[in-house]
Amino acid sequence: MSKELIRLVNCSMAFDGELVLDNMNLYFNDSEFLTLLGPSGCGKTTTLRIIGGFITPTSGEVLFDGVRMNDIPPHLRQVNTVFQRYALFPHLNVFENVAFGLRIGRTEEKEVNGKKKKVKVRIPQEEIRQRVLEMLEVVSLKGFENRRINELSGGQQQRVAIARALVNRPKVLLLDEPLGALDLRLRKDMQSELKRIQQQMGITFIYVTHDQEEALAMSDTIVVMDQGRIQQIGTPEDIYNEPKNAFVADFIGESNILDGIMHEDYVVEFFNRKFKCLDKGFAPMEPVDVVIRPEDIDIVPKEQGQLRGTVTSVTFKGVHYDTIVDFKGFKWLIQTTDYHPVGETIGIILNPDDIHIMHKSQYSGMFGDYSSYSEEYEEMDDVTMLDEEEEGSSREDGHEE
Amino acid sequence: MKKQRRTGSRVFMALVFLFLYAPIFLMIIFSFNAGNSSVVWQGFSLHWYEELFQDRTIMRSFYTTILVSLLATVIATIAGTFAAVGFYSMRRRTRSALMTVNNIPMTNADIVTGVSLCLLFVTVFGGWNYLAENYRFTFNWLGTLYRLTLPKLSLGFGTMLIAHITFNIPYVILSVGPKLRQMDRNLVDAAQDLGCTWMQAFFKVILPEIKPGIISGALIAFTMSVDDFVISYFTAGSSVSTLAMEIYSMARRRISPEINAISSLLFVVVILLLTANNIREARAEKALAKRRY
Amino acid sequence: MKNRRPLFAVPYVVWMALFVVAPIVMVVIYAFTTAAFDPTMNNFTGMGTYLSIFTRSFELALIATLVCLLIGYPISYMMAKEGPGFQRIATVLIMLPMWVNFLLRTYAWMSILENNGLLNQFFSAIGLFDLINGLFGTDIQYFRMIRTQGAVVLGMVYNYLPFMILPIYSVIVKLDHSLTEAAQDLGANSVTVFRKVILPLSLPGVLSGVTMVFVPAVSTFAISRLLGGGTHMMLGDLIEQQFLGGAYNPHLGSAIALVMMIIVVICMWVMNRFGEGEEQAVML
Repeated sequence: MSKELIRLVNCSMAFDGELVLDNMNLYFNDSEFLTLLGPSGCGKTTTLRIIGGFITPTSGEVLFDGVRMNDIPPHLRQVNTVFQRYALFPHLNVFENVAFGLRIGRTEEKEVNGKKKKVKVRIPQEEIRQRVLEMLEVVSLKGFENRRINELSGGQQQRVAIARALVNRPKVLLLDEPLGALDLRLRKDMQSELKRIQQQMGITFIYVTHDQEEALAMSDTIVVMDQGRIQQIGTPEDIYNEPKNAFVADFIGESNILDGIMHEDYVVEFFNRKFKCLDKGFAPMEPVDVVIRPEDIDIVPKEQGQLRGTVTSVTFKGVHYDTIVDFKGFKWLIQTTDYHPVGETIGIILNPDDIHIMHKSQYSGMFGDYSSYSEEYEEMDDVTMLDEEEEGSSREDGHEE
Repeated sequence: MKKQRRTGSRVFMALVFLFLYAPIFLMIIFSFNAGNSSVVWQGFSLHWYEELFQDRTIMRSFYTTILVSLLATVIATIAGTFAAVGFYSMRRRTRSALMTVNNIPMTNADIVTGVSLCLLFVTVFGGWNYLAENYRFTFNWLGTLYRLTLPKLSLGFGTMLIAHITFNIPYVILSVGPKLRQMDRNLVDAAQDLGCTWMQAFFKVILPEIKPGIISGALIAFTMSVDDFVISYFTAGSSVSTLAMEIYSMARRRISPEINAISSLLFVVVILLLTANNIREARAEKALAKRRY
Repeated sequence: MKNRRPLFAVPYVVWMALFVVAPIVMVVIYAFTTAAFDPTMNNFTGMGTYLSIFTRSFELALIATLVCLLIGYPISYMMAKEGPGFQRIATVLIMLPMWVNFLLRTYAWMSILENNGLLNQFFSAIGLFDLINGLFGTDIQYFRMIRTQGAVVLGMVYNYLPFMILPIYSVIVKLDHSLTEAAQDLGANSVTVFRKVILPLSLPGVLSGVTMVFVPAVSTFAISRLLGGGTHMMLGDLIEQQFLGGAYNPHLGSAIALVMMIIVVICMWVMNRFGEGEEQAVML
């Protein structure tokens, strides 16, 4: 359906012997909004810089339309970048910043009388003017042409950076955490703005961020990365509902992750109890990670519950309560709209589609336990926190077998 | 191609460094020359160094230089630090107006600073000496009649010291100022909140915080003083002379080998001081890096 | 009670009034008066006599500034492209000669440029004079280098080159590398990146370097005295003579000093208009 534009084949990148990108294989399609998502140091920015041409991969190939581009410098590539802190030229005003790429003109090889000649193609002034003004309108900066860069707010600078990149009509726009420097409110506005621009221009956006909400809100495709490797590729819904491993489950949204055993297709056992689920294709009696999203859990009176636990902490979050419930020493996060006071014993019901099964991975046992919940959310006084942490870890060990 | 360009730039840099250093090294080499030529090598000797240390004019000018530089540095550092603290607690507009005046001695050509101070001293002293010549003050104290003669004033060590202090303070302010600006404004409030008087807060909080700036300001002031020729030349009068002034008059009389010896010695001293300073800075950096972990 | 700290500056403010402002006022007064302190403009109108000195001073200072720029800019740029270790050593090497008194540095060139100096000896040793004499039938024993205007320019370049390099270097090295990348990303090759981004952004450094070379160069008297042999009088010599030399006339001297102050003010004004450069200039 859509055309493939860029492909990375077995790309690896090492700085001073340290591997930051490990054998990456990835392709980018025409007019999609693709997000590289991961914690800092996961290799997402490195990937972007390889595509932009600012670094050359240690090994592997970068293909644009099937042509090897490894050694082509950035100024000869038909991609443009929106830089992390915008990198706007402080000596030029808004108009000249946006016009920068257009004024440079490109040298193109043309055949003149059968000989190949390098010809400088310059864009006429009037066209430059038109395109710049058009672009400024797209990013809602009409009338700002003569402003100096340091007179603009962060959000406006952001828009200039986007206009400056887009005015060159690239096939692919690379965005390196472009909203990182903005405050929360502005970030939300710019998210929808970016999505709108992408759809309006109909080109590919490759977007780098560590903010999972941002990624979920804007992307057609999300690539979750960690430690230089791709952990999962999929639509936002896929990634959220069907995380491939504990890392993805934890990084995207909140998750309770527990150890379980897959008895047969559609049957999983945890807490010494069998549950129905929708997953299949696992080996019989295979140890697995079980993911349960906190908002999927229904709280019922204790007599009716499949499992019974005690509330240990409640935090009001506006829309819902974050309720921590202790099930046989393992603490779960449950998000409910009903208030259950600390000390109350409650029951829960898990429907088959609330349970998601993952294969064991290197990340198993690292995430998804809310025993140290208070540490993450409220900086409580140190003594109790330490105690809780110790308790939590010993319990976890006990639970492991 | 990239590599070629790199070699090209390295060669260019090497040539510039050669241009900068060849004269200095030639001078050092010829300071060990046995003959009195700075052109023809006539064998190794320390003759000119001996001569140098026996030359009383040079040694005296050396002491003058050190004395005026030390005094000017101490006074300028103290006055400049206080002035900087004062400046940075002023309103912005007052401060920037005062800073403009403060910058005058630094931005003006040395000769203008020297000449203007010279003019001031000559004019004021002229008036004073006129008074001293024409008026005697007599007064009666406890039955004894005293006759007071005003001393005559002329250019000399004092005027030169004033000039040095004047052109040193701006450098102190300029290196203390940024440290004050970087300082958390709440620090003094915090100290006072914890029971310090303002003065205690100044000595216990502000001073340690801006100490690096004060030290580097003092170092700059000292080197500026030692290095100065033009301003001293116009304000010292005929009775005293600094090393730089002595070198100037020797150079005009073309007494070469001794000058070679002086410059070699000074060059070595400069290198030692710079190395010491670099080591100090590197250590401070290391300590800082360690503290971060 | 609350904020007494501004009082700390009072002693220095008094000091500045006495020894910074008052001397300048004196210069202004002297510049516009006769020996009997009658107001006059003669000190300025009479400067025409010294027109040749003015033009020579400006000419030599401008040439020296230009040469410093032509050497200083490329080397600053090259230094900024090297690794951090190299940069550190190179900056120290550039600064080190500045710590040697400029009279000594100037003197060093005297023995090099002399008629029987090291340079001429070197030329004669490699047979340059024999070659020229053989070719043109002349009888040259040496090149006359000292006591020429060229020697004065050389002395200025040698003494003030670091003042050009350091401000330019410090501006270039601080340039955000992402600006270069952004320009490349927008299609600029390395020449265009330099022309359209690096050069305009390093202009403040260039301006402060030009000021820091031009001002001392135009006002020097020691360099022209030692390397020019006193035959090529410059503004500095002229002023010096009016105050300490035989032609004692502080009124004329003040007038010339005033002109020089105005030059500095113009330089500062230009620099402030382009911003940023000023602080570094002052720091050095």
